[in-house]
Amino acid sequence: MTELATRPPAPTAGRRDGLRQPAKAITFQVGKWVLIAILIFIFVTPLWSIVAAALSGSAVPPGELVTVPEEITLSNITGTWGSGRIARYFFNSAVMAGIGVPLQVLVSALAAYALARKRFRGGAVVLLLILTTMMMPEEVIAIPLYLVLADVPPFGVSLLNSYPGLILPVVGWAFSIFVLVKFMREVPIEMEEAARIDGAGDFAIFWRIILPCVKPALGTVAVFGFLMIWDQYLLPLIVAEDTDMFTLQIALLNLRQDDMIPITIVMSAALLALLPSVVVYLALQRYFQSGLTAGSIKG
Amino acid sequence: MPTIKQRRREPAERAEAPSTPTDSKPAQRRSTLRRALTPWAFLAPALVLFAYFKFYPIGYGIWLSFFDVAVFGENTWIGLDNFTAVFQDTFLQQAFWNTAVYVVLAVGFSALIGFMLALALEGQAYHIRIVRTAVFLPAVVTVAVVAEVFRILYHPTASGPLNSLLGLIGVGPLGFIDDPGMSLHSVIGMHIWKSAPYDMVIFIAGLAGVDRTLYESARVDGASWLQRVRYVTIPQIRFAFTIVITLGIIRGVRVFPEVYTLTGGGPARSSEVIMTYVYRVSFVDFDLGYAAALSTLLFLLTAVLTAAFLFLRREKA
Repeated sequence: MTELATRPPAPTAGRRDGLRQPAKAITFQVGKWVLIAILIFIFVTPLWSIVAAALSGSAVPPGELVTVPEEITLSNITGTWGSGRIARYFFNSAVMAGIGVPLQVLVSALAAYALARKRFRGGAVVLLLILTTMMMPEEVIAIPLYLVLADVPPFGVSLLNSYPGLILPVVGWAFSIFVLVKFMREVPIEMEEAARIDGAGDFAIFWRIILPCVKPALGTVAVFGFLMIWDQYLLPLIVAEDTDMFTLQIALLNLRQDDMIPITIVMSAALLALLPSVVVYLALQRYFQSGLTAGSIKG
Repeated sequence: MPTIKQRRREPAERAEAPSTPTDSKPAQRRSTLRRALTPWAFLAPALVLFAYFKFYPIGYGIWLSFFDVAVFGENTWIGLDNFTAVFQDTFLQQAFWNTAVYVVLAVGFSALIGFMLALALEGQAYHIRIVRTAVFLPAVVTVAVVAEVFRILYHPTASGPLNSLLGLIGVGPLGFIDDPGMSLHSVIGMHIWKSAPYDMVIFIAGLAGVDRTLYESARVDGASWLQRVRYVTIPQIRFAFTIVITLGIIRGVRVFPEVYTLTGGGPARSSEVIMTYVYRVSFVDFDLGYAAALSTLLFLLTAVLTAAFLFLRREKA
């Protein structure tokens, strides 16, 4: 310390100099809160403006970012529901996610059980094949996928313009299998052996022992599965041929391009597309962190 | 034959435990076949779905690349014609360069801003965690919604939200998505707004693993804040940079909804990227064979870029 005191006040030494600390600390605090305000402004204002515009009772001219809604009303949203069209789009999105997510979690958990808890010929190859698809952008198979969905071999049926066509392609997801394999490997073998001695079969072990043990991971996988399905764009775009089958996400563009529809209504639809993912993210944050770090291993 | 004791020590072999003949139940011996099939039964749903909607389309797409695909009627084998057509296709070439610009700018700035956000918002303090949650919101919101807001933000008149801000510092008004010279950069701006927070979280996870004592010793040695970031932090979270950039490249090369919803590739194809062009070739021109060939090339491009980047990173490290 004596050495520091005799040193000329270099920037780093100043930090430990008792006399200079208060002024510096205040500047630091002010700077910190200014920075925080700027960050909130940049990252939250645009999203808030959707809420504000959706709640606005007076007409919004194009190119105006609403930050404070005038004459707050819910009529845009209730009217949106009443008009039927947007309700239908929301219903389609909800069906896609509502059936897609549970199916995705179940299928991934079953596969992960075999890959994590069984040693069998071909297991490593299957895992590798599944993991390869994680590095492969879905978009590059969109065109052949469209043709496959139009004429599913060998049945010759078309899944275009149908809910199975919207849902089935997103049910198999390498990320969730990968995360669940990692977690299922951690379950101690003793628990499984004990159940086996008691005469439990494989499915009972899977359902009663392994799944309860990896509950947090199931939450993580479900949250990410939901966000992934809710964010689907190209798939519904190629599957839905009639506007009746449009998801809310792809309908937004059509709503905006329709000059008859006021901006407040478009923003209400945008709000409906925004809320589920934000609510899921905020409500289930504890499941979120582990998924992000697990997911980042995929690089 | 491993004894039970040995098995405990080697958890990797745990799955063999039930199938070893040391289990004296005769019923188990009879069901050898059943035990061999059990894992496949668990895998079956996933395998069927992956086969139909991932693996088969990959192979089918490559196969279709060699055909002139007729939407109604027979496909005609045309060999490599779809691939040689690439060299005459000026629209594709523009889309390719736009994609290259997109990837470099979007990935680079998103990583840079994400890293700065991570440095600013690292830590467990309550208010910092709240700010971090708020900043991350753009990453979870679906692209189509983000595009609707950015269309408003980018309004090309002087009273448009971003133009009014720029007016304060005497810039503009700019045309943004209406200006062919700026439309691509406008989409890139939106992409960065959405992906920088995502990168931030990966960097924060990386920062959590940095050895704190290194900062202390650097500080004692008189290193400035910038020097500590440059010589302590960055080398320590190299892995996070690798992830952010690799994922960024994979996402950037195949970018579609961002461009499709914000500009549709326009005006005058100024913001056309590979995937919006493939979409146009498929569903406007109905040339599915050519679209399949382009998809195959995009697949190869992604694989080569990812492999090259991972390889370079390994060389340097």
